Amino acid sequence: MSTILDTDGEALLGALRGLLAAKGLATPAEVAERLALTERASPAQGARIVAKAWTDPDFRTRLLADGTATVEALGIPMRGAPPLGVLENTTALHHLVVCTLCSCYPRAVLGYPPFWYKSAGYRARAVRDPRGLIAEWGTVLPAGTTIRVVDSTADYRWMVLPLRPAGTDGWNEAALAALVREGDMVGVTVPVAP
Amino acid sequence: MTDLSPGTRVRVKDDWPEARGPCHIRTPHYVRGRQGVVVRRLGAFPNPEDLAFARPAPIRALYHVRFDETVLWPDGRAGDDLLVEIFEHWLELA
Repeated sequence: MSTILDTDGEALLGALRGLLAAKGLATPAEVAERLALTERASPAQGARIVAKAWTDPDFRTRLLADGTATVEALGIPMRGAPPLGVLENTTALHHLVVCTLCSCYPRAVLGYPPFWYKSAGYRARAVRDPRGLIAEWGTVLPAGTTIRVVDSTADYRWMVLPLRPAGTDGWNEAALAALVREGDMVGVTVPVAP
Repeated sequence: MTDLSPGTRVRVKDDWPEARGPCHIRTPHYVRGRQGVVVRRLGAFPNPEDLAFARPAPIRALYHVRFDETVLWPDGRAGDDLLVEIFEHWLELA
């Protein structure tokens, strides 16, 4: 007997899409639109948000108050996505995001979670030994900086607004965005100027 | 439960529904029975414990709750802490 485990994936997907359309739950056009949005989401979107927050104080204030509405105004579609919370790193406080239960990740702004984010090792160690974990990424926080782990367990998705690196005065948004990596917005790393 | 204001001391219920049968829980094991502080109310959402089983899901308040790392782990570092989203029905006043 055929089960869901040995059914050809393409056939299963086709049947599911057919059912979604037949039941009026999602039209083929809506599914295609969602696929396109998912493909477009990437860490580059997050980096653009970070660079704008570094150069536009008013934008930063709004971003920290209401992530979803503020990035939507930048043209990043958030419809259907969970609310976005933005965690601001300061010289006193560093944030590290994890989802210990599964792999909750701010996909609308960062794209697919990286493989390590979903690993059992990362999920367990981020809450138990955050400093030891980020040290393995080469991240050592200055003395006096405390670390706040943010376990993403329910209906919000969280991204980190890292500290703007020293030596970037006068840089434009595009140059700043090019410095920001995926890990900087999770908190395992911090951006540095070359 | 009435709204919990920021600063309210709370304890996560020391409850283990997974020992009683199939369930879906968004409250990590390591915070159960631990004492923390409400940071803010994040909003209200259909209870995922019911959504997961396609049951009618009542709307529940969701809070960001902060715990000192030293409260969570015997080797937790003083000064470091953790924020986690906890639904109201998992919280009791501490």
